[in-house]
Amino acid sequence: MYRKQSMNTPFDIPDNPDSACRPPSAKDFLVDRIFRGLARIGVALILALVLALIFEIGRKALPGMEKHGLDVLFGTVWDVNQGKYGILPAIWGTLYSAFIALLIAGFFGVSMAIFLTQDFLPAKLAAVFRTIVELLAAIPSVVYGLWGIYVVIPAIRPLTAWLNSELGWIPFFGTSLSGPGLLPAALVLAIMILPTVAAVSQDALASVPMKTKQAAYGLGTTHWEAILKVMVPSAATGIFGSLVLGLGRALGETMALAMLVGNANTLSVSLFAPANTLAALLALNFPEAGPNEVEVLMYAALVLMFITLLVNVLGSLLMLYAQRGNK
Amino acid sequence: MKRLMKSAALAVSVSLFATTAFAENIRLTGSGASFPAPIYLTWFKDFSKNTAGVTVDYQSKGSGAGVQDFLNKTVDFAASDSAMKDEEIAKVGEGVQLLPMTAGEIVLAYNLPGNPKGLKLPRDVYSDIFLGKITQWNDPKIVAANPDLKLPATPITVVVRADSSGTTAVFTKHLSAINPAFKEALGEGNTVNWPATDKFIKSPKNDGITATVRQTPGAIGYIEYGFAKLAKVDFAALQNKAGQYVVPNAESGAEALAAVKMPENLVAWLPDPDGAKSYPITSYTWMIFRKDNGNPAKAKAMRDMIEYSLTEGQKIADSMGYIPLPPSVVEQVRKASANIQ
Amino acid sequence: MTDLSQPVTALPSLQRRFEGRALRSLVLTSLAWIIAIVASVPLISVLYMLITKGGARLSLEVFTELPPTGFEMGGGFGNAMAGTFVMVGIAAAIAVPVGILAAVFLAELGPDSKLANAARFAAKMLTGLPSILAGVFAYALVVMTTGTYSAPAGGVALAVLMLPIVVLTAEEAMKMVPKIMKDAAYGMGCTRAQVIMKIILPTGLPAILTGVMLAVARAAGETAPLLFTALFSNYWIYHEGSLAVMNPTASLAVLIYNFSGMPFDNQLELAWAASLVLVIIVLLVNIVSRIFGKPKY
Repeated sequence: MYRKQSMNTPFDIPDNPDSACRPPSAKDFLVDRIFRGLARIGVALILALVLALIFEIGRKALPGMEKHGLDVLFGTVWDVNQGKYGILPAIWGTLYSAFIALLIAGFFGVSMAIFLTQDFLPAKLAAVFRTIVELLAAIPSVVYGLWGIYVVIPAIRPLTAWLNSELGWIPFFGTSLSGPGLLPAALVLAIMILPTVAAVSQDALASVPMKTKQAAYGLGTTHWEAILKVMVPSAATGIFGSLVLGLGRALGETMALAMLVGNANTLSVSLFAPANTLAALLALNFPEAGPNEVEVLMYAALVLMFITLLVNVLGSLLMLYAQRGNK
Repeated sequence: MKRLMKSAALAVSVSLFATTAFAENIRLTGSGASFPAPIYLTWFKDFSKNTAGVTVDYQSKGSGAGVQDFLNKTVDFAASDSAMKDEEIAKVGEGVQLLPMTAGEIVLAYNLPGNPKGLKLPRDVYSDIFLGKITQWNDPKIVAANPDLKLPATPITVVVRADSSGTTAVFTKHLSAINPAFKEALGEGNTVNWPATDKFIKSPKNDGITATVRQTPGAIGYIEYGFAKLAKVDFAALQNKAGQYVVPNAESGAEALAAVKMPENLVAWLPDPDGAKSYPITSYTWMIFRKDNGNPAKAKAMRDMIEYSLTEGQKIADSMGYIPLPPSVVEQVRKASANIQ
Repeated sequence: MTDLSQPVTALPSLQRRFEGRALRSLVLTSLAWIIAIVASVPLISVLYMLITKGGARLSLEVFTELPPTGFEMGGGFGNAMAGTFVMVGIAAAIAVPVGILAAVFLAELGPDSKLANAARFAAKMLTGLPSILAGVFAYALVVMTTGTYSAPAGGVALAVLMLPIVVLTAEEAMKMVPKIMKDAAYGMGCTRAQVIMKIILPTGLPAILTGVMLAVARAAGETAPLLFTALFSNYWIYHEGSLAVMNPTASLAVLIYNFSGMPFDNQLELAWAASLVLVIIVLLVNIVSRIFGKPKY
């Protein structure tokens, strides 16, 4: 209940028991304590979740690590019958596909970011393009996989056949594309990480102070000279951060790759050869793995977690550094 | 009553969300082989429709995954084309009952420009293809066996299973039986170490191999006959032990099954059947049950489901690309199903 | 080539250099246009395929029927839609309250405390967690302990992926509430709980909802975490009068994955139709969240 205090107030305080305009009662303080406690528990839960993730996967990976040691990391054969587990081809495929995707997405993403932030388009048209790129992020991975099987692979098959027959001496084109393979997987992956790269680069470019750009124009530069010699270098850390974050996404992507990469445990630099990735290995082998194999798969999961964690920490630090630099 | 309390207690302890106990409705979950999945799913859907209070849910994941689910006790029953290894059976304290439920043929499906029908593959040729030794469609050995077909100079893309598969086990058992070099290099099993070349690509399940063969010019893959028939992919006539080229169908399959007698434990293999008309790669496929389910109602539902599959189920086998069980085997299975309690 | 008929200007070299610069600018600008258009091709292609292939199969039947078995014709994915809703609902029921409470702490109660910094870092790392690992985790945590594939197991896996999105966006939303509003409330002697409940949450609600919606949209499209937690089912989750919660549960994403690998036209058509439905759901949620999320202050 609201009690009229001796305080004389010129304001018209509503006679409303729910109003906050009253000194908190003992009950309010109690609620406050409970609420703050709950919030603290909420925060603790996030930390607990991360620890549980590491603990749960690490605990299950430990026997595999003790048994096989580094052989798993450098082995190239995955043969359950003989108890040989090597994930080097999967690690290679994970990194290779992610880097090729990053190369493509980096080029397109940064170009798009420049195009959309540096006054090439009327604001409305820029918003349309921006939405198109952002919507790419909304399409589920499994839909990209389906699209990749029925659109990307048939579309690139003639080109890859030509490259293989004409330029087959270049190791990248050393084999012919049978269907699923590294290139279709990397292309789809590039599309999937494009929104991340484009959006973060746009933020980086947009946060370069207006003064910097005006100063460049004042020196008599052309539009593009201002962009390439002033804007991009000023936003370089942020742009680089966007690439690293995009790489982080590419490394952990699962379904589209499992559907497109061909799942072959081979080590090849050819873009058209089937390959494998850590996430795809987990998705396909985990459901049927016996106890011995589970240990190794958990080991592989730990390796995947470690790689993505490393890349994401690097990306976050770069972003932090870029933000400080602009202040 | 005790069971009801037990299940209610389980539901509460297990999750906050399980508010409704499952008292009278029994749901059997199974998982495993993709080879018989189309016919099993049809049986189970019909059986569930015709049997009040019982629903049978089956997930096609591959034989290896099914057996693993069974060992982890995440399913009520499993299905496998490679039966179950002795050391796996030993892990199940409740006892294991394997029941052959149907049989099928593994065909070599191919995708060639112009869709030439009636490709013939001799024994040494198809085993060498899967050994990675024959790599071109216009290899002299293939051309020699198919003088009438125009074979292109394209590389052979071999599509094999990505998952742990009973179909692979049956297929490699056959290849090991007919080709010592294959036995030496790859051996047999649910997963084998296929040649590591860029012309061997992997796909999950029978469905995946069929789809990949259909999508990939120059591809060959091993799948169950029904998949090839329904997906309308071409498949080869294979040379059997007697030296004859035989196309897969119900007759050539039944001929092969007749060549072997079903033993007491209901696990019979036909790695390379005798008989001039026998299709060379024919196999039974099994459902796997626990002998002691600790739940009489569930066990009865399982026995009812088996009985339905043995009677009504066998009638549709032929039309779906499977081979009906020989009557003597049906009798043996019916008798053995009483062990499921 | 130089045109000799032209009068020689005072600084010919400089002028030519200037023309070169202008030309390079023009080339680069055209290139930027081409890149932007090429970058729009994938989305248009995906949408085109979904609408032509998926739209052709779309009918009332696909929302009410069960998936076809093996060689069956017809069928639909009603149970998969229901399963997706149930599992995303379970995930939201876990992730939203925990996420918002945590965000309250990060934004208001102890923004610079060690605990907050650690949690913020943890949440950022969780956003980069490969989704398959959430599945591995939920498998070990829920499936192995309950002994069955189930909707709650799928929900837990999805919650792991939703939580960091909810936390980080809600924190941002609460930080955007103008400081003068909070100070005014504190000045009147409100407790922190009162300020949060009566000022910060209501003011930041639209932006918080945006974050929740984004998290829901992401969870609805995830496949990898469900593969070995919820698995799939050919039946409705509500079946013959009982709610089969602790049983394998269907989802749209897993249905698309399963059917996309099938060689049968009927299943493939359904995979495209299901993709169309899934994308429409995800895009709708995205668009609604954008409308909500427009800052109103």
